[in-house]
This record gives sequence, structure tokens and C-alpha cells, in this order.
Amino acid sequence: MKKYIDQGKKDTRSGYGAGMTELGRSNPKVVALCADLVGSLKIEQFIEENPERFFQVGIAEANMMGIAAGLTVGGYIPFTGTFANFSTGRVYDQIRQSIAYSDKNVKICASHAGLTLGEDGATHQILEDIGMMKMLPGMTVINTCDYNQTKAATLAIAEHHGPVYLRFGRPKVPNFTATDQQFEIGKAIVLSEGTDVTIVATGHLVWEALVAAEALETQGVSAEVINIHTIKPLDEKALLASIRKTGCVVTAEEHNFLGGLGESVSRTLTQHYPVPQEFVAVQDTFGESGTSDQLMEKYGLNNKAIEKAVLQVLTRKK
Amino acid sequence: MYKPKIAVTFSSEFKNIIMPTLQELEETVVQVRRDIVRMVHKVNSGHPGGSLGCTEFFIALYYEVMELKKTFSMDGIGEDIFFLSNGHISPVYYSVLARKGYFPIKELNTFRLLNSRLQGHPTTHDGLPGVRIASGSLGQGMSVAIGAALAKKLNGDDHLVYSLHGDGELQEGQNWEAIMYAGSKKVDNLIATIDRNEQQIDGNTEDVMSLGDVGAKFRVFGWDVIELKEGNDIKAIIQTMKEAKSRTGKGKPVCIIMHTVMGNGVDFMMHTHAWHGKAPNDEQLATALAQNPETLGDY
Repeated sequence: MKKYIDQGKKDTRSGYGAGMTELGRSNPKVVALCADLVGSLKIEQFIEENPERFFQVGIAEANMMGIAAGLTVGGYIPFTGTFANFSTGRVYDQIRQSIAYSDKNVKICASHAGLTLGEDGATHQILEDIGMMKMLPGMTVINTCDYNQTKAATLAIAEHHGPVYLRFGRPKVPNFTATDQQFEIGKAIVLSEGTDVTIVATGHLVWEALVAAEALETQGVSAEVINIHTIKPLDEKALLASIRKTGCVVTAEEHNFLGGLGESVSRTLTQHYPVPQEFVAVQDTFGESGTSDQLMEKYGLNNKAIEKAVLQVLTRKK
Repeated sequence: MYKPKIAVTFSSEFKNIIMPTLQELEETVVQVRRDIVRMVHKVNSGHPGGSLGCTEFFIALYYEVMELKKTFSMDGIGEDIFFLSNGHISPVYYSVLARKGYFPIKELNTFRLLNSRLQGHPTTHDGLPGVRIASGSLGQGMSVAIGAALAKKLNGDDHLVYSLHGDGELQEGQNWEAIMYAGSKKVDNLIATIDRNEQQIDGNTEDVMSLGDVGAKFRVFGWDVIELKEGNDIKAIIQTMKEAKSRTGKGKPVCIIMHTVMGNGVDFMMHTHAWHGKAPNDEQLATALAQNPETLGDY
């Protein structure tokens, strides 16, 4: 299988910060908002270089979403920044009415998504946000896998007209995608070709899927690994092409198995080409305190869990 | 994949009555009242009480106070813009937009009907000229108005942003986030008007959830506050709005506490919350129309 090299661990949120710095220099219509989490979102450089295009709203996320909607009226492209929990669940109705239904060009950028937020525990570890956001008509939902991809996605969504939910995380994780990549919204990336099983992963689970695929190769299992950075719109064509070849699928995501990537894939399969599927995802529970690695281990969201799910799905394959 | 029906920018030519006389304004008020009760009666739903209470405000705003361009564009650059936060008073909003020429007056006939651009609560979703944000779920409009005001500053556009909010709506917490922001960050190109009719669905605001001294609350959040006692007197409204305008650009957002009578102009709908979200029957409609004889022609 194709090998990927970790260029050195980096956090995806720093990819967002780097993307914002670049946008600050290249696109005068881009403005940033933040609800008292500038350091967490890594946007210090953007603020330093563009103080007039930064709005600190304090701990008031609902107001931040409304202000962002209003800024679009005057032709600006607002990027809101806070933790994923406060970017979605806390402000669902503001996003629904003032942004999505009003078709406002707001980029909702959400850090610290999922369990890997770590020690702060379940109050901050949202595992339902992909579901909430993908249910909103017109919303684009993106969950990036590493620093380079997050930076590329940040640049790409500025060029896309319409509301976007961009989800990334807190911990330093392997940075393995190309530095000069072009990010194409809605386009799945086949990272490694295989014939026995398709592993469809998003976010932090993409690297874990590659590690799992390597281990499976030594056991004689040929896994195709797909990086689905855009959960909505889902690249059904790429997905179906792979699954027609392999005949079974494992989905992997740092999210509840209800409402996440796995369900989107399931719906596509049921409608077009039903095959066995296993879900590597949180099993409808809340998270808890712990280190990032401990939590991913305990809740079954690492390469070992993916490997196990693959072996399981192969037994169900006809 | 879902695609919204709207274009990013759309426009329609509309006639601008230059310098209307007081009599012309008052005639328009009466006609708009007729529109409101007829629209709500036809579909046996909608919100006549708050609409009637704010009719004079809307006429003053759109015919006298705001500087408006002759075509509508979403960005509103180079003109004053308005946001309605208490979206349920859509009948008065639609009637005034139509009478002003943003869209055909006969379209008022489609209010709340299937496939209409005149949804129960205002929306940008169907490309209705004049509307820049959806509202209905309460408490969100002030944040949006602030955002638009910030955009005007970034654009070097010295025109103003106006907004209207119900008083009961101030019970929504998001307002206070917005009020704090505007005061703290000196958003001084914004004039927010509160429709202080002291009524909400379940009764008097002071019984449901007391708002107390609304002006004092805005003041301590850093706003310049003007009390408008005669909120259904078009001359008083115009005078107050002009005063408010003169106080913009001085480091504080401006708030007008506009005391109105819910249901104003239709005697049996006045001074009660009963007509907040209730349509008149045939007989009641006839009474309401008799009290407001046709002036500019019904739609």
C-alpha cells in the first residue's frame, strides 16, 4: 500500500490559524470573530496584522453568530471561532435562522471537537455536532485530518459562497498530507488503494485508518483508505466506486455513531449498493476526562479499533 | 444537494415619494392598517396587534427617515438599512415594503399562502426585495444589525442601520449579549427601536416577566436612550428619529424606547394582547375597515 510519512506532529487548529493568516493577507473581505478563545484558535497573527478585521465578542456565542450574519450583508466573509460545542449546540437556532435559512456566507470554524479535547471532559467534548450541522439545508460540513489539510480547507472555504461548518481539533497529530495541496470541497481522497475492504475515515481517524491498513496488509488484507474530509456534500460517486470493488466498508469518525459520517455512508449504501458496514464511532455516550490517547483507546477510536472492525466486517462479507 | 432559491443580489425599481406631506403619510398609515387586517383575515392567521401598533413607525422610517436607494441590493451599501427582529409583525413590514414599491402591491394577496414570498415570518429565502435576514425566532435581530453596522464602518459607508424589537422579545438573553457588545464596542451607527407596547402573548409584560425600566437597562449598558411617549404619533416619531440620527457617530449606540398601543387604529384591538396572533372574523374585519376608510386603494 501507499505509505505516508508523518512530517512531525502538529495540531489541526494551528492549520486553521495559518490559513487565517494567509487569508488576512490575500482576501480583504475575510473577517474573524472569536468568543474569548483567541489562543485556542491560533489566530493571533491574523489579529496582529488585521486588527480592524477582528471582532472579539467575549463569551457570547449567540451574539457572535448574529454579528457574523450581519457582516455578510455588507459583503464580508466572517470566520467565527470557538470550541465545536459552543459553535453548534449552544447556538443551533442562531445558525439555523440567521445563517442557514438566511443563506449567509458565514464560516463556522470549530476547534476542540470530539474526545481528543481531553481533560476538560464531556461538557466540552461534543460528539453530536456533525449531525446537527449536516441536517441544516445548505450547510457544507468539513472535518479535516491534519494541519496541512486544515490550512488548505480554511483557504478553500473562503472561496465558496454559502455557510460552512469547519471542524478540527486540539491535539498534536501526525501531519502527513501534502503542504501544497489544493482542497476541493466535496471531493473524497483515495489515500491508498485496496481490494478487500473500504475504510472511510474523517478527521483524526484518517491517520489511524492508514496505520490500521498497514497492519492489515501484513495479515494479507488489502484495505482501500478514503479520506472523507467533506461529510456534506458527500462524495457518493467515489464512495460507491470503491465499495463496488471491495464489497464492504468500515467508517471511522470521532463522533457519535448516530448522525455522523457513518450514517451518511449507510444511507448512500442502502439506497444504491447495500454491503456490510461496521462503525468505528462513539456508541451513543458522552465522553469524560482523560488524555487524548487514553480516551481514543477507551472509546474504541484508534487504529486497533479500526483493524478489529475490518476483520469483523470481512466475516460478514458474502 | 439543496440549493437556495435566492440570488446573492437582486433588485427592483421602486418609486420614491419625495417629501411626502403629513396628510399623505397619515393616509398611507390608514391604508397600511387596511392591508394588515385584510391580509390576516384572508388566511385566518398572522399577527395584527403588533403590526398595527408599529404602523406609524414603519411609515415614518421608510417614507421620511431612512435614506434609501432606488433599487434594492442585499449589501445595502450607500443607503440606510433596516432589520426587523420581531418578525411576527410581518404584515406591516410587507405592506409598507409593497406600498413603497419594493414589490407589487397585489402580492400582499399571497400572504402566508403556499408558494408565496410573503412567508408567515420574513425571510430572504425566496428573494423578497427589502428583506435582508430571516426573523421570527426572537432575540436575534440586534446581533445581525450590529454586524451590518460593523460592515458599514469597514466599508467607510456613513449610512445608518435601524432595527426594531418587541419589548417582550427582550426576555431573550441574546439581546443582552448584543446590547452589551454595542455599548462596549461603541457601535454608534445603529439606532435600535424597542416597541414598548407592554404586551406579549401571555399577557402584560410586567406580569409575564417584568422588563422594568428598559431605558435604564440600555443606559447602563452604554447606550444613548431616547424615550418616545407618543409612539403612534407620526410627527413625534419623525421628530424623535431625526433626534436619534443626530446623536449617532458620538461613541454610543442609540436606543429609542417607543411607547405604542398594540392594535392602534382598530378600537377593539387596542390596549390588549388578545390580538397578538389572532385574525378578525368577517364582521370584525368590516368594523376595522369602517374605522379606516380606503385612501390609496386596496390591493
